[in-house]
Amino acid sequence: MEPLSNKRKQVDNKPLNFLERAYLPAIIKGLGITMSHFFKKPVTIAYPEEKREFSENFRGMHSLKRDENGKERCTACGLCALSCPAEAITMIAAERQPGEENLYREEKYAAVYEINMLRCIFCGLCEEACPKEAIYLDGDIVPSDYLRKDFIYGKDKLVEAPLNQ
Amino acid sequence: MELADIIVKFILVVIIFAISLVIAMYSTYAERKLAAFFQDRIGPNRAGPWGILQPLADGGKMFLKEEIIPTNASGFLFIVGPSLAILTACIGSAVIPWGQKLVIGAHVIDLQVADINVGILYIFGVVSLGVYGVMIGGWASNNKYSLLGAIRAASQNISYEISMGLSIIALLLVTGTLSLREIAEQQHSWHWNIIYQPVGFILFLICAFAETNRSPFDLPECETELVGGYHTEYSSMKLGFYLFAEYINMFISSAVMVTLYWGAYNYPFMDWMAANAGPNIAVILGVILMFLKIFLFIFFFMWVRWTIPRFRYDQLMDLGWKTLIPWAIANIVVTGIVITLINR
Repeated sequence: MEPLSNKRKQVDNKPLNFLERAYLPAIIKGLGITMSHFFKKPVTIAYPEEKREFSENFRGMHSLKRDENGKERCTACGLCALSCPAEAITMIAAERQPGEENLYREEKYAAVYEINMLRCIFCGLCEEACPKEAIYLDGDIVPSDYLRKDFIYGKDKLVEAPLNQ
Repeated sequence: MELADIIVKFILVVIIFAISLVIAMYSTYAERKLAAFFQDRIGPNRAGPWGILQPLADGGKMFLKEEIIPTNASGFLFIVGPSLAILTACIGSAVIPWGQKLVIGAHVIDLQVADINVGILYIFGVVSLGVYGVMIGGWASNNKYSLLGAIRAASQNISYEISMGLSIIALLLVTGTLSLREIAEQQHSWHWNIIYQPVGFILFLICAFAETNRSPFDLPECETELVGGYHTEYSSMKLGFYLFAEYINMFISSAVMVTLYWGAYNYPFMDWMAANAGPNIAVILGVILMFLKIFLFIFFFMWVRWTIPRFRYDQLMDLGWKTLIPWAIANIVVTGIVITLINR
């Protein structure tokens, strides 16, 4: 049969010749290989000081966006929670009161918006589901913590900083 | 012996003791650092600049760890084991000549603790005592892994001592003396014994790897097969002593190899240096060069460790008994014939 790749090698069990049995030449060759690695640049990234560049479509921590006037985009429609395969998102909607127009873009907003970061699988379906372009997974890696309850991120951690600050 | 001589000897002993401990300490650091470099990593770099305080941190950790003596272990022997290991490791340096004699005014300072005329035999005695530390520790732990590790260590050391001794005999035929001081003096300037005994040196080197339980002969403590080998049950500083003893042994066997084969403190143009720069400066340069050679050997020990995988046990025994001993004997015969032909 015609070989698919040219990587096939005929295995032979012929006895080792004297140099191969002497073992020392092989050791010297091995020492050469390790020495060549000795002078190579280390591949280590010293993490907290240096950070690896994320790829452009990296999905990290969520952020709830504001519009160009600094109003929260989220209207608490619940499509993100519905689309979430890990059921990590929960929210409580509230009606915008008169005088809060500069805070919320729509008449309905999320009074409570929580994402359980231990449940989240960072699939990005919430950002696809969102009709208001309010949620994006454009943050950093979610930091570690000690307690499970501390991984439930509320609006204090998720909403973008206001524009005027 | 005058009081001044005794004081000088005492100071020398303390200095050598301190140097071997510091070198052993920083060997652990060098090992980790070199391992990292050989594997394209950085290695410890958090404790102090470039991580140079890492050995102190490790030592502090060892001291602060909980001391555990298993219920069924033999209490006394359990403590004797690591003590013996570190004791035998430390006393080996007594007969190694670190340099020529320093002359300060009317005083002549001998840079060797004890110039005994059976120096090589002393080294061998100490090296073969080292196996007791391992054996007693493994036996006293009352644990089958420890015992297996200890038995492996004992049989390995005994097997390789034979070919080590035989490879030395060929060297003794060339030098005609057992005193390490005289052997060192005979290798004046560039007349190093490695030129006359290359095969003997390779045999000695391989045996030195086996005697210090270094990779590729680190079967006594191969963690993949025997959990931790003979020091499975050890914790805290008693474990630290075992690990430390290995590094001191490495330093001492490097020193022995340098003394026997690589010209000890001798270097080419040493007479010229003594004539032009003053004898004491030449002596000190010799000491520095001796330590440089020792460091090169320690580097080589580590280089080999991160290159070659461990031997299988039967291969280890095959190499010891069926390869090294015949080669050592052949080396003796050839050396003897050549010496006889030259002296006729």
